[in-house]
Amino acid sequence: MDKEHAGHEPLLRMSKRGELLPAWKSWGIRLIAFFLSLVASGLVIVLISGLNPAAVFATMLDGAVGTSKRMWVTIRDAMTLLCIAVGLAPAFKMRFWNIGAEGQILVGAIASAACMIYFKNLPTPVLLLVMIVSSLIAGGIWGFFPGVFKARWNTNETLFTLMMNYIAIQLTSYFVALWENPFGSNSVGVINSQTKAGWLPNLLSDGYNKDFGWNVIIVLTVTIIMYLYMNHSKHGYEIAVIGDSENTARYAGIRVNRAYVRTIVFSGAICGLAGFVAVSGASHTISTSTAGGRGFTAIIVAWLAQFNSVVMVIFSFLLVFLQKGAQAIASAYNLSQEVSEMITGIILFFLLGSEFFVNYTIHFRGKKVKA
Amino acid sequence: MAVPCAIKMENITKRFGKVVANDHINMELHEGEILSLLGENGSGKTTLMNQLSGIYFPDEGQIYVHDKPVTIGSPKDAFDNGIGMIHQHFKLVDVFTATENIVLGLEGEGRLDLKKASEKVAEICARYGFDISPEQKIYDMSVSQKQTVEIVKVLYRGADILILDEPTAVLTPQETDKLFDIMRAMKKDGKSLIIITHKLHEVLDVSDRVAVLRKGEYIGDVMTKDANQQSLTDMMVGHAVTLNIDRPAPVDPKPRLEISGLTVYDELGVKRLDNVSFTAMSGEILGIAGVAGSGQKELLESIAGLYPVSEGTIVFHDPQSGEDKNLVGMDPLAIKKAGVGMAFVPEDRLGMGLVGSMGMTGNMMLRSWRNGNGLFVNRKEPEKLANDIWKELEVVTPSTSFPVRRMSGGNVQKVLVGREIAQDPAVLMTAYAVRGLDINTSYTIYNLLTKEKMKGIAVIYVGEDLDVLLELCDRLVVLCGGQVSGVVDARTITKEEVGLLMTQHRKEGAVNG
Repeated sequence: MDKEHAGHEPLLRMSKRGELLPAWKSWGIRLIAFFLSLVASGLVIVLISGLNPAAVFATMLDGAVGTSKRMWVTIRDAMTLLCIAVGLAPAFKMRFWNIGAEGQILVGAIASAACMIYFKNLPTPVLLLVMIVSSLIAGGIWGFFPGVFKARWNTNETLFTLMMNYIAIQLTSYFVALWENPFGSNSVGVINSQTKAGWLPNLLSDGYNKDFGWNVIIVLTVTIIMYLYMNHSKHGYEIAVIGDSENTARYAGIRVNRAYVRTIVFSGAICGLAGFVAVSGASHTISTSTAGGRGFTAIIVAWLAQFNSVVMVIFSFLLVFLQKGAQAIASAYNLSQEVSEMITGIILFFLLGSEFFVNYTIHFRGKKVKA
Repeated sequence: MAVPCAIKMENITKRFGKVVANDHINMELHEGEILSLLGENGSGKTTLMNQLSGIYFPDEGQIYVHDKPVTIGSPKDAFDNGIGMIHQHFKLVDVFTATENIVLGLEGEGRLDLKKASEKVAEICARYGFDISPEQKIYDMSVSQKQTVEIVKVLYRGADILILDEPTAVLTPQETDKLFDIMRAMKKDGKSLIIITHKLHEVLDVSDRVAVLRKGEYIGDVMTKDANQQSLTDMMVGHAVTLNIDRPAPVDPKPRLEISGLTVYDELGVKRLDNVSFTAMSGEILGIAGVAGSGQKELLESIAGLYPVSEGTIVFHDPQSGEDKNLVGMDPLAIKKAGVGMAFVPEDRLGMGLVGSMGMTGNMMLRSWRNGNGLFVNRKEPEKLANDIWKELEVVTPSTSFPVRRMSGGNVQKVLVGREIAQDPAVLMTAYAVRGLDINTSYTIYNLLTKEKMKGIAVIYVGEDLDVLLELCDRLVVLCGGQVSGVVDARTITKEEVGLLMTQHRKEGAVNG
């Protein structure tokens, strides 16, 4: 290149990669981004609090997985989050913005709790089965309405599902009042605390890890089924085509409206199942905070994993880990919750930003591009 | 050289990943000349021009404007150097007037004075004979008027070097002639112009000099007066090419698709097709001619079951069973289930014919995903078909899983046409099958279509290049404003007669088939 004109060239330029990166390279980039994010958040911690970042990270680690009890809680919460994210995947892949997971979880949870209260005398396997089916149906119904309205009248699903959340919250308040126990507590309390009817049984028990059990099996099974459904089934193919272009789908003979309704019902049903997992497998009670914003957090998980349900396992764990760790440093160092949320934000920023480097390359000034 | 250069490009190199789009290109645009930039698709013409208009930045090399070295890092830099590009796809705001669009994005001192701007626009229009009025809204304009607005836009910004990227693709022959007159007027006014076009007769008609690119390399330039169609094609392709389309007479043509009284309305209730009737015969290529937006899209989509039909019938004569089937009211799935072999290459390749985010295999599945019982899709056969098309049609792609969205236009089209022909259809409809394709690929497609015709398939070819329509097709249906303005024999009619039919509404007693 002509030396005297080289100075005119911009310092940085980017261009789209001409081919797809092999998997190890793209995952390598994401891994590097993750470590860089730890460095950056470490710097932020030092700058604003003067604490030793290594100690802070150690506290996070301790808070999330430091004892076997904490580890089980982390696993349990990750499973619930994973279940929701897996449920969102088909809807999002189809470009149906299901913001209503929160509501779908709640109605699933109401259905489970109702079964625990009204059918507590059924034998355990039957009761659990009834709970699972009713939570699936409840979540499915919550997906059905926005689905039908979208298919029939092309209503905006973002607003519709969001508003369905408020209906679900109000319904939950109603049932909390109905099932109040003890009277005047304004809460349902632990359901069937004596008989444990409708509680997911323990799979492993070392005395006090009562919560770890079948929810892992159930959620991982759902995850694998969803993976097969999305990648190898005819429905999964339909979903992928519709998500890319509705016109192409119609051209290919896909009945788009039918696929919309079917997929949203399915998506809502799996989110409803997450409500069952949360009630029967974890809290054994119900309140308006049973969903607790996880319906939104799961959207991040689903996007980060690019709707690949197996990859979602990693990101569910990461997000729950960050959450638990953040709570731990907040209490250990008297930092406000916002500081820990900043760290989560920094890590997500780096992970999402790394996608740019997966798809683009950067050229520096003066450097010759290899042919 | 003694001639002053408006633009001189020195050793321009641009790479995308491993692909070298421009390889050490040295090119000159002399002041006050019209230069045609010719090359097959993917030869790097648009990439090269985008480096002049500030959309791409060269990896290597130097650009000189009026013999001064310059750096063009953004479209603004290009304007500052007096370079304006008219892109293939218009970038206009529909609800704004011509003037509003023209001043949009311009920075200036003080308040925006639309009245003064209008006067300046009117003055430019008067100077070159543009037929737009500054106060006219874009949605009221024809395609050629919109293009005029784009041209005025760059002139308003003071450009004295204009680059036109395939400007004639959307124009009728009459509009093209008018555009060329305008280009000559601008040249007389001292402007320098570069025109990118695939149509050789236009190159010979309008330009002073022709520069040829091939596979990213600069092959050379010739004075237009020393060139002819054959010599230019040979330069472009690198070896001698026969430019004749073989047109065998149809063998035993029988009615295959009979359309009568077809009327459709769009979502806003505007009539898009008005009482359209014609018959497509087996073993012939039926051309559909018309200015863009005359109802071609609606016609093909109605036949394919993708557009709601208000009146009329579309009757398919099944060659196997001899049955007649009315396709009106059927969706694509119902048509398929009725045993009607319908292949359709739609105009919007990535928006309707293909799934951009999927690779070749995933796209082959669009036609076969429903096959077989059970819940799961079969990937083996589509994979095999993808590999066959990859080899036979010489599709350039790193693998059968590489997203088709990231392939070049010609390769995308090969994937689409290859898949549709592989269906072994009874009716094959193509909309603008060669739009944006280079000469070589275009002739590959023409030959494929002729081969299908000889198999006894009814081929419907919607085209925009009249020369090709007249050379390739057996009969032509001319559409104008959603009506059939004539059904004519492509072997005997002249280009001018078709051009007239394209712009003139049906008169009493016009030929109707």
